[in-house]
Amino acid sequence: MAELLDHLWTHYHYAIYVALMLIGLYAVLAKGNLVKKVIGLNLLQTAVFLFYISIGRNTDGAAPVVWIEKPDTMPYENPLPHVLMLTAIVVGVSITAVALALVVRIKGAYGTVDEGKILAMDEAEGQGKG
Amino acid sequence: MEVLILAVLVGLAIAAVRVRDLMAAVAILGAYSLMMALLWCQMNALDVGFTEASVGAGISTVLMLAALGRIGRREEGPSRAPLLRLPLLTMKARLRRAQQLSRQHHRASAWGAVLVCVLVGALLLYGTRDMPQVGDPDSPANRQARVAQYYLTKSRDEVGPANMVTSVLGDYRGYDTMGETVVIFTAALCVLMLLREAVGRGRRERDA
Repeated sequence: MAELLDHLWTHYHYAIYVALMLIGLYAVLAKGNLVKKVIGLNLLQTAVFLFYISIGRNTDGAAPVVWIEKPDTMPYENPLPHVLMLTAIVVGVSITAVALALVVRIKGAYGTVDEGKILAMDEAEGQGKG
Repeated sequence: MEVLILAVLVGLAIAAVRVRDLMAAVAILGAYSLMMALLWCQMNALDVGFTEASVGAGISTVLMLAALGRIGRREEGPSRAPLLRLPLLTMKARLRRAQQLSRQHHRASAWGAVLVCVLVGALLLYGTRDMPQVGDPDSPANRQARVAQYYLTKSRDEVGPANMVTSVLGDYRGYDTMGETVVIFTAALCVLMLLREAVGRGRRERDA
C-alpha cells in the first residue's frame, strides 16, 4: 500500500487523468439531465485522449516535425499516439452530434430531458395499460 | 506549467458538471477544451492541439448550443414540474407515484454512481503501477516500439511531408482515416434522419 502511494506521488499525472475521467463518468452515471450526460461523455473522452497522448510523451523530444534530416537518437515525440487521437477527437464529436440529436428528439417526444422523469413516464404508461 | 493547466482542467471539469445552468456548463466545457488544446501544445502534440481547439472547443460547443436552443437552458431538479403532458397521468395518485419514482431514481443513481466511480478509480490507479514515468524517452511506447522508430526515421524519405503526423495519418494509417470518414458520414446520416423527421412532423402539425 505504501509502495502504491509512493508510486502515485511520483506518477501524479496518472492520478490527475483518472480524476478527470471519473468526473466525466460520474456525470454520465449520476446526472439526470441528458445534456449533462453528453457533457460528461465529452469529459471522459478527453481524459482518455490525454492519457493516450502522455504515453507517447518524450521529454527529450520536439514536436514530430522533421528538423534534422537523419536523427540518430530520438529527438522527437512519438507521432503514433497523436495520429490515433486526432482520429478519436473527430469520432468523439460525431458521437456528441448523434447524442444531441437523440436528446432533441427525446425532448420533442417527452417534453423533458430528465432521465428520472422519462423513466417515470414510461413506468406510468405501462401501469396505465396494464 | 503542465501541473498548473492540469489543475485548471480539473477545476473546469468539476464546474461543468456541477453548474445548474446548461448554457454555462457548455461555455465551461468550451473553456475546458481550449485548456486541453493548450496542454497538448505544451506536450508537443501540435496537431492534436489545434484539432481539439477547432473541433473540440469550436464545433462541439456550436452543436451543444444549437441543441440547447431547442431544449432550453435550465437543468431541472429531481421532479419539480408536474407531468401534465401525459394524458394517462391525470390521476393524482399516479402523478405522485411517478414523482416518487423519479426522486428514488435520482437518489439511487447518485449513490450507485459514487460507488462505481470509487471502484473504477481504485482499479485504474492500481493499474498505473506498471506505467513508466510520463515523458520517459526509454518507455516501451517510445524506445521499444519499432513502428514509432520506423515513422521517425523513414517517413521523410518514404512519404515526404516534414510533419510526421501528416505522413502517418494520410499514408501509413490511411485506412484508419478512411474509417474515420465513414464514421463521420454515418453520424451525419443519423443526425439527418433523426432531426428531419422532427422538423417534418412540426410542419405537418402546423399545417393541420
